[in-house]
Amino acid sequence: MTAVHLGMPAFPASPAFPAFPDAAREAVRDDVLRANLRHATHTIRDKRARAVGELADWDRLRAAGKAVKDHTLAHLDRYLLMLEASVTAAGGTVHWAADADEANRIVTDLVLATGEREVVKVKSMATQEIGLNEALEAAGIAAYETDLAELIVQLGHDRPSHILVPAIHRNRAEIREIFTREMGSWGRPAPADLDDSPAALAEAARLHLREKFLRAKVAVSGANFMVAETGTMVVLESEGNGRMCLTLPETLISVVGIEKVVPTFRDLEVFLQTLPRSSTAERMNPYTTMWTGPGPSKGADGDGPSAFHLVLLDNGRTDTLADATGRQALRCIRCSACLNVCPVYERAGGHAYGSVYPGPIGAILSPQLRGTGSPIDATLPYASTLCGACYEVCPVAIDIPEVLLHLRERVAQGGPVTRRGIRVRLRPAHGHTAERAAMRAARRLLDHPGALRAGERLLARARRLAPRGLPGPGRAWTDTRALPAIPAESFRDWWARERGSTRERGTSPRGRGTPR
Amino acid sequence: MRVALFVTCVNDALYPATGVAVVRLLERLGVEVDFPAAQSCCGQPQYNTGYRRESEPLLLRTADAFAGYDHVVTPSGSCAAMIREHYPRIGRKAAEEGRGTLWEERARELVPRVYELTEFLVDVLGVTDVGAYFPHAVTYHPSCHGLRALGLGERPRRLLAAVRGLELIELPGAEECCGFGGTFALKNPDVSTAMGTDKLRNALGTGARFLCGADNSCLTHLDGLLRRAGTPLRTLHLAEILASTEEEPAR
Ligand code: SF4
Repeated sequence: MTAVHLGMPAFPASPAFPAFPDAAREAVRDDVLRANLRHATHTIRDKRARAVGELADWDRLRAAGKAVKDHTLAHLDRYLLMLEASVTAAGGTVHWAADADEANRIVTDLVLATGEREVVKVKSMATQEIGLNEALEAAGIAAYETDLAELIVQLGHDRPSHILVPAIHRNRAEIREIFTREMGSWGRPAPADLDDSPAALAEAARLHLREKFLRAKVAVSGANFMVAETGTMVVLESEGNGRMCLTLPETLISVVGIEKVVPTFRDLEVFLQTLPRSSTAERMNPYTTMWTGPGPSKGADGDGPSAFHLVLLDNGRTDTLADATGRQALRCIRCSACLNVCPVYERAGGHAYGSVYPGPIGAILSPQLRGTGSPIDATLPYASTLCGACYEVCPVAIDIPEVLLHLRERVAQGGPVTRRGIRVRLRPAHGHTAERAAMRAARRLLDHPGALRAGERLLARARRLAPRGLPGPGRAWTDTRALPAIPAESFRDWWARERGSTRERGTSPRGRGTPR
Repeated sequence: MRVALFVTCVNDALYPATGVAVVRLLERLGVEVDFPAAQSCCGQPQYNTGYRRESEPLLLRTADAFAGYDHVVTPSGSCAAMIREHYPRIGRKAAEEGRGTLWEERARELVPRVYELTEFLVDVLGVTDVGAYFPHAVTYHPSCHGLRALGLGERPRRLLAAVRGLELIELPGAEECCGFGGTFALKNPDVSTAMGTDKLRNALGTGARFLCGADNSCLTHLDGLLRRAGTPLRTLHLAEILASTEEEPAR
C-alpha cells in the first residue's frame, strides 16, 4: 500500500517497518511474547486502577491536566520564549531544532566540543525518536543507556516496545542470556554465575552501569516537564540512574520535545500526582530530579554539571499543533496507561507500531509526526477497534478514538494537513481505491431502502448456496470465522407481512436538502 | 408516546429475530411501536473506516426517517453511539468546511430522542422486570460502545437478573473488547481473532449455555468463531432473552 502525498513528512518512517497488520500477524503467533505482554499489562493495569481509585478527585485532576496542557499548547510560542529566557538567565544555553537531523547535529557538535567520546543517557524518548544514538555512533561517540530496560534493549540490539518498560517483551531468562553474552563487549562483564532472579539481574546491571556513571563527563537526558517561568527541567524516574546522569557529569545536554513545557511551577502539582499513578501505579515516583541551569557552583565543587544545554525539538510538532482535532495528542505525558489497557497492543506487541511510541498514543502520534505516507503510518490509524479503553484511562483525557477516526479520514479521503508550516491537501492513499468503491456502493444501496429490500430478498433466496469461505478480502473473515446464517426473511419483510405497511410516517419522500 | 424502532441494517438483513423480539417486548409492555420503512443504516461502517462524507447522506436519511417520533429505540449500542456521539461531529465538520448547517440541525433534532434498548426500558419506561422467562445459564458481554460510549452501566445486567429462571454468571474480563471493531475484523484479522478467542475462552469457562450481548455485530464475530470451533455455547441478543416468556420461549 503506497500513498501519494504533497509536501514532505517531517521524518518518514523507516521503509523497514511493515504495515501494521503484517507486523501484528507475526507477534500474535509468538506465544512467549503474548504471554509476557499479557502478564505485564494485566498486572500494571490492575495496580493502576487501584492507585487511581484512591484519589477522590481523579476526574478533576484529569480535567486540570487537560486544561493546563491545552492552555500551554494554545500559547506555545509565548511559553517557549519565556522558557528560553529563563533557562538562559539561569546560565544554560538553548538550541532550537526543527527536525531530527538538526537536533542530532547540535548534540553531536556539543559532545565533540567537550573532547569526550562517550556519553551516558537517561531515558529520553525524544532522542530515540530522532535516532540520536546512531548519529552519535557515526561521529565516533558511544552512547550508553542507563535505564535498566533501555540497557536491556541496547545490549540486545533490539528496539523498545513500551513507553515505560521498553523491554516488556523480554522475560527474565532472555535478559540473563543478553547480559551474559553482551555486557563484556560494552564494559564490565556480567558475573560468570549470573542467574535470572530479579535481584541478580539488577545487581549485574548496577555494577556495569556504576563504572559508566563515574567515568562519564557528558550526559544526555530528556525531561518530563519544563517550567517556562523558572527554566526548571523535571525528570521522573524509578531507579536513580537519572539522578546519577543529571548530577555527576560535567556537561548535561537535554533533548526535549517542545510540547513538554508547562507555564508555572505550580502546574507541576497536578502532573506529579497523575503521572506516577497512571504509569507505575505509585502514589509518588521514587526519584524526581529538578534542575535549573547548571549546578550552583558551576562545577567547582562538583555540585551538578558546569554546562547545561537544552535542545528544543520540533520534528513535526508544530505541524501537529496546526490540526484542531489531532493536536490533542500533544497533551500526552507519556504515562503508558493507554498501552497497558489496549487489547490490540496486548496481542500485537510494541514493535508492530514501528516507532518509539507504540500502542494507542503511537497510533495517533506517529502518523501525525511522520505523515501518513509509509505503509506503517497509513495502517496505524486502523490498528484499533475503537473500544475506548485508552480514552477512559488517559490522565489528560486525550480522545484517542476521535483522533484515530480523524486520521482514518485523512488516509481514506485525503484532506488538509500542515507540513513544515505549509498548508497542503493530501490526496487519498492509493491502496484504498477498492475500499472507497465498496463504501460508495454500500452507501448508495443503503440510501435506497427499496433496493436494499430487493437485495435482502435475493440474499434470502440464495441462502442455501452460502459458501463456507469467501473469496478476496472476505477471506479475512472466513479464515477463522463462520459466516452468519442468512434468515429466510428480513425484518423489513416480516414487519410488512405481520403489521402491514408503516403507519403514517416513514415512507414519505424526504425533504432532502431543505433544512427546517 | 410515539415510538419508532430503529432496527439497524445488520439486524434487518441478518438478525430479524432481534427486531421481532424488540417489537414483542415493547408491545407486551404497552408501547405502540412503529417501523418507519425509510430507515436503513446509520452510516457507522463508512464513518468508522474514514469515509465521513459517505456517511452524510445516511445521517440525513436516518434523521428524516425518524422525524416526528417521541422516541427512537435501537437494539444496538454501537449504532446508538454512532448517532449520539458522531452525528454532532459530522454536522460540525460539515459546517467548518463551509457546507452549511443542514447536517448539524438534523443531528441536533434527532440525537436527544435516540435510546439504546436497555436505556429505554430502564430510564424511559422505568422497568427492570420485564416479565421474561428464560430458564438457562447466561453470561453477558457488555460491548464497548454500550459500555464506554453510552455508559449503559448496570442496566443490561439488572434487566437480565430480573428474568425468571435465568442464572446470570459473571464473565471474567467482561470489559475487554471482543475484537470485532467493524472493518477492524477484516483489516486486522489476526489480532481480531486472537481477541475474540480470548473472550470466548473466558465465556466457555463460565459454563453458561448462552453468551448474551446487546450488539449483534460483536455477536456475529463471536458466534462465527464459536461455530467454527464447534462448541455448544451459543450467542443470543439480550432482546431475545427479554422477549422470551413461558408461552413463547426464545429458541
Ligand atoms: S495518551 Fe494518555 S494514557 Fe497514553 S501515554 Fe499519553 S498521557 Fe498516558
